Amino acid sequence: MIRVGAVIVAVAALAALVGPLLTPYDPSAQALALRLQGPSLAHPLGLDELGRDILARLLAGARVSFLVGVVVVGVSSAIGMTLGSIAGYFGGVVDDAISRVIDVLMAFPGILLAIALVAVLGPSLTNVVLALCVIGWVGYARLVRGQALRAREFEYVQAARALGAGPGRVVLRHVLPTAIPAVVVQATLGMAGAIIAEASLSFLGLGVQPPTPSWGTMLDAGRSHLFDAPHLTIVPGVAIALLVLGFNFVGDGLRDRIDPKKN
Amino acid sequence: MARYLMRRLLLTVPVLLGVATLVFALIHLVPGDPAQTMLGESAAPEEVARLRTQLGLDKPLLEQYVGFVKGVAHGDLGTSFRYGTPVAREIRQRAPDTALLAVCAMAAAIVFAIPLGIIAAMFRGTFVDHAAMTVALAGISMPNFWLGPLLAILFAVKLGWLPVAGSGTAWHLVLPAATLGAALAAILERMTRASLLEELRELYVLAARARGLSRVRAILRHAFRNSLIPVVTIIGLQFGAVLTGTIITETIFAWPGVGRLLIQAINFRDYPLVQGCILFISITYVAMNLMTDLTYGWLDPRIRYE
Repeated sequence: MIRVGAVIVAVAALAALVGPLLTPYDPSAQALALRLQGPSLAHPLGLDELGRDILARLLAGARVSFLVGVVVVGVSSAIGMTLGSIAGYFGGVVDDAISRVIDVLMAFPGILLAIALVAVLGPSLTNVVLALCVIGWVGYARLVRGQALRAREFEYVQAARALGAGPGRVVLRHVLPTAIPAVVVQATLGMAGAIIAEASLSFLGLGVQPPTPSWGTMLDAGRSHLFDAPHLTIVPGVAIALLVLGFNFVGDGLRDRIDPKKN
Repeated sequence: MARYLMRRLLLTVPVLLGVATLVFALIHLVPGDPAQTMLGESAAPEEVARLRTQLGLDKPLLEQYVGFVKGVAHGDLGTSFRYGTPVAREIRQRAPDTALLAVCAMAAAIVFAIPLGIIAAMFRGTFVDHAAMTVALAGISMPNFWLGPLLAILFAVKLGWLPVAGSGTAWHLVLPAATLGAALAAILERMTRASLLEELRELYVLAARARGLSRVRAILRHAFRNSLIPVVTIIGLQFGAVLTGTIITETIFAWPGVGRLLIQAINFRDYPLVQGCILFISITYVAMNLMTDLTYGWLDPRIRYE
């Protein structure tokens, strides 16, 4: 499964990278006379409600999805690992303060807080990334805090402290590395989560704004044409589901390898 | 149990206060003047000033905060800018529809997923198991904003069996509930399989088999019951996902619940209504998590004494 997932993710990443080379069409170029046309040789995935090439928009949308995924996972994991290791290693008041913030943020289900933030900040790609980072770091912080709580009792960590290593060095060199495998799994699954969240927000009109292509906005536009042009809905949906499936395969596979007991 | 109950209830208070504080802060995160944003750039200064007074934005921040928390404690969530009615009333009118949708989606997921999880565990490693797990992974990977339109294309547009959107009859509930329950069904199916496989390794199952019980009977009478505890917990914990799922599902199928109200409020920049909906959904979620914890503590005494 992990190999299938890796292939899906690699193909999607490559398509996002070299997207413009794969199609001669501009994702924003309109051909109103041909609007809603189904798949043909000239346009393998058909045209949308404004006569734009769906393949070109799909490839451009892939860039948005990967960009959001990479930035959200990168920033969230960096913040989460930093705060989680500080809370877990130092404990006491610092741990209490960070843990209470985590508790409050965890009290908002799913992407509700992201919806709330984008609702007040205004719909845009930047605000989507910001909102997803605000809710994203919590999972990493909880994970790393738990690992750090365990790791600080390990003998080699106590030995490092006894040899005079400062807290920063102990956390960076000895505590954090124990959490890395679990963070990698979380980050892989987090990519899937971020891609779905961005598409959800764009679908609701709160994310990427037209004419910038995004898989979520493409799906939203397709909703008005369920009867006359179902390909508008099917194509971006397949893309999202496949990419998310790919990341889930990789994440599950990595988890099974790191913790064979769970398999 | 009483001590555990009290401790969990007390721990919920700061979380609720934190939630209320964050929701209160939302309106202050609006870039520029929230009243001006709500009324639009062309609004007269007097109108803007009137709305600022109505929203209480002209008062000192601390006074606004205390007033907000007091209001929430008394069930007063302010007045909707769009409807001119109390926010609490708007939410109260739509909450039963959201509850109906969420409960039906969860019930459908449980009825579908648990038998499939049991079958997958019984036939571990076979084609049946792989097929069941592929269905589960597809369910997790398929976002509800895609599954919903797909189901609508198939069952409403092509086959004409069900209405595309709206409410009023039981038939209107089928597609939204299926869309909302799919991801939960996928998670439950995987969880049931994993939990049951764990139990099947236990010696009491072997003992039951040694006493002459058939494999199916040993699984259903003994292993399945014990495998249910983590499954029940997951059902409780996944309530949050179902709750946020209602926002998209209700929007797709024009279901008149709190989720759709929230999106409409966002589109109309009705910030008091946005705050009310967010607060309502979050508090419901916290209450459900609390109930899950208490149930778990009741089922497993070790948790109570930790």
